[in-house]
Amino acid sequence: MKVTFKIWRQAHSDAKGEFKPYEVNGLTEDMSFLEALDHLNEHLVRSNEKVIAYEYDCREGICGQCGLFINGRAHGPHPHMTTCQLHMRSFKNGDTIIVEPWRAKAFPVIKDLIVDRSAFDRIIEQGGFISAQTGTAAEANSILIGKKVADKAMDAAACIGCGACVATCKNASAALFTSAKINHLNSLPQGHQEANKRAIEMTAQMELEGFGSCTFTGACEVECPERIPITNIAEMNARRTKAKWMG
Amino acid sequence: MIQKLDSKIPDGPLENKWRNYQIKSRLINPTNKKKLNIIVVGSGLAGAGAAATLAELGYDVQCFCYQDSARRAHSVAAQGGINAAKNYQHDGDSIWRMFYDTLKGGDFRSREANVYRLAELSSPLIDHYVQQGVPFAREYGGVLVNRSFGGVQVQRTFYARGQTGQQLLVAAYSQLYKMKRAKKVTIFARHELLDIVRIDGKAKGIITRDLVNGKLKRFAADAVVLATGGYSRVFRLSTLAIGCNCTAIWKAFKRGAFFAAPSFTQIHPTALPQTSAAQSKLTLMSESLRNDGRIWVPKRKDEPRAPNEIPEKERDYYLERRYPSFGNLAPRDIASRAAKERIDKGYGVGRLKNAVYLDFKHAIERFGIDTIQDRYGNLFKMYKKITGVDAYKEPMQISPAAHFSMGGLWVDYELMTSLPGLYAIGECNFSDHGANRLGANSLLQASIDGYFILPNTINNYLVNILEEQQPTIEHPEFEKVESEVKKHIDRLLTINGSKTVDHFHRELGKVMWQECAMSRNKKGLESAISSIEEIREAFWTDVKITGSAQEMNPELEKALRLADFLELGLLMCTDALQREESCGAHFREEYQTKEGEALRRDDTYSYVSAWEYNKGNFELHKEALTFEHVQPAVRNYK
Repeated sequence: MKVTFKIWRQAHSDAKGEFKPYEVNGLTEDMSFLEALDHLNEHLVRSNEKVIAYEYDCREGICGQCGLFINGRAHGPHPHMTTCQLHMRSFKNGDTIIVEPWRAKAFPVIKDLIVDRSAFDRIIEQGGFISAQTGTAAEANSILIGKKVADKAMDAAACIGCGACVATCKNASAALFTSAKINHLNSLPQGHQEANKRAIEMTAQMELEGFGSCTFTGACEVECPERIPITNIAEMNARRTKAKWMG
Repeated sequence: MIQKLDSKIPDGPLENKWRNYQIKSRLINPTNKKKLNIIVVGSGLAGAGAAATLAELGYDVQCFCYQDSARRAHSVAAQGGINAAKNYQHDGDSIWRMFYDTLKGGDFRSREANVYRLAELSSPLIDHYVQQGVPFAREYGGVLVNRSFGGVQVQRTFYARGQTGQQLLVAAYSQLYKMKRAKKVTIFARHELLDIVRIDGKAKGIITRDLVNGKLKRFAADAVVLATGGYSRVFRLSTLAIGCNCTAIWKAFKRGAFFAAPSFTQIHPTALPQTSAAQSKLTLMSESLRNDGRIWVPKRKDEPRAPNEIPEKERDYYLERRYPSFGNLAPRDIASRAAKERIDKGYGVGRLKNAVYLDFKHAIERFGIDTIQDRYGNLFKMYKKITGVDAYKEPMQISPAAHFSMGGLWVDYELMTSLPGLYAIGECNFSDHGANRLGANSLLQASIDGYFILPNTINNYLVNILEEQQPTIEHPEFEKVESEVKKHIDRLLTINGSKTVDHFHRELGKVMWQECAMSRNKKGLESAISSIEEIREAFWTDVKITGSAQEMNPELEKALRLADFLELGLLMCTDALQREESCGAHFREEYQTKEGEALRRDDTYSYVSAWEYNKGNFELHKEALTFEHVQPAVRNYK
């Protein structure tokens, strides 16, 4: 199988970037998309060129480190899938494939296809936790949580922090990411004590980081590898409004 | 030399040892804790748990990871669950039973006292994670649910769908950020440890490379904690994340920390089979699937029919046949070897005939598709994404893959290595799993080391160095180690040969998988050692790395990691060759029973092998294993 990649190359965060074409032979349909890029990189090394920088770690869709904008879509042509789970069988022989980094003001490019997503960590830092010290816990079954509540919290908690929601949103909004964490913790009894503070401070940080506002286009939930639904954002907004009234 | 290996097991009966230790352990007052700084390398369950808890206690903590965020650490990928002796199912579980299962699962090659402590602290750990907001699976009435894992006959595994590791890791990561907000922890993401600085015989700091701009940086501390995970990427194809590496523990080894049981590596029975030579990763399918899935191969060799067309009586449920009382829940080492046996004899399935079937037909008939979806939904989805096959309709194809490292840096009861001031926690130490780890004990050990044990033992060392001068990065030793690191990098970059780093990694992986994985023998190991020497020689004369050291350079990162894997491979084969017995995952073909089971030799090999690095040679020290409370028996799962 043979394809042409058009890949964004940018030497460092202040450099000017550009698309460069690479014709790649010898691919197979079984290869993952990242393995195809690995293959290209080995070829580049042998031709004495610098390798393309892109991110990955677990390559099984859970760590959230990979993330490429492929042919105009976050994580490629399929919904609800990470880049590392995409395989070359999703493309045709002779295809031209355009590969870009996540595009968002809050995610500056570091090199080639790698961006800085530390803004997500800083949002978590503003309350994406329960303030309890190691050693202070009560017996686990002393807190009863109905299956429905636990399942709903788990649905939100499944977020892998990849940033596809931001990358695909025309406003580069981080509302889906932020809402998933707020709703995970605020819907559980353990998270109630700090619920209002959390809703206010995490959303404030989200705005400070330069993410755009949510205009409910629904683009994010289409790409989310964990299928976190957009209703989370409505729930977050309700929680924040309530928190502002209640203090 | 035996005094070098003081395991520091506390006095008293097994069930009082940890309490006795804590009573006698020396304390540091809060004002003094502030003056002490601790480096934690790694941000998985062990690293993030330790960094957050040490910071809560008042120490000044710096935490490092090579990934872009602490939340990526590979604990994230553990699927099935975490064990705890809660006995919520009222099925006869207890701390003692969990201790015994773990010791037996490890084929009696671990310390009684450590394993007992692991079981003892499992119950408060679940309390801890529930408090942190981990959404464990629950019954309609609101109580926690359990399921079974391999090697046990009770239900003691807690889980959050098939994403338990992710949920625990995100909890630990958020605690880390809680302490960052409190300004007690500084986090250095995209920083990779390249060496350890030893001053007057104690670990006093590290040299890292900033992966964004390539700068080498020095960090000084009163103690250094390694929480850097497992080393199964030495096989190249494994279930680990691509970045997982042995560099931190290997540098520690070269600076004087002993390496224990390096050849004890677990081959997981249920990963997705390799399908092409270009493959970079073998995806794990959680062991929890064996709760409801049945493993089989056709009774006929080179069976041409699709799995659903093969009638019941022509299927060989070989685990149920060979191990009737544990069946599909036989421990991992046994299940992997049994699969290998069938595949080697020509009964393998799939395009490359390298897989076996994992079938849910009976479970779906019995419990209904909704229940199976609830239990394993995300795993079935993952399977479909990768293979394109719907496992609700036809059996999964699975195959053994390199997974967990039971071996690692030798540590005493306090989790300190043989280099004073250097600690190793989580998968990077050897401690609790002996020669084979039981499923769902990995998240447990990493968490307990990080949250509960290290924060209660590190004080015993730090209290003695309170009066010592604080180390600074101006010390000549920092200068020396940094220049050694720089030379190492420059040497790699100037080779300018003709082959890629991945080429050499594939070569190493082939040798390791062939000779030092599920089945080992003297001749094979000896030839592996000379092959690895050759690959290493070729690597250092013919590798080609483009780009420079002063920029983000993924190719250089890979080369630095591989340089250490090439040396670790030698140590693993040396260890496997020296141990002339079979135990757990270490199966020496020369030592097996008539039925083909592992033949342990307690008279000669009931010890932990701890290797010391001495100018390029490996020297063996032995820590005798004494069993006061349990009589090592032949491991029987029939």
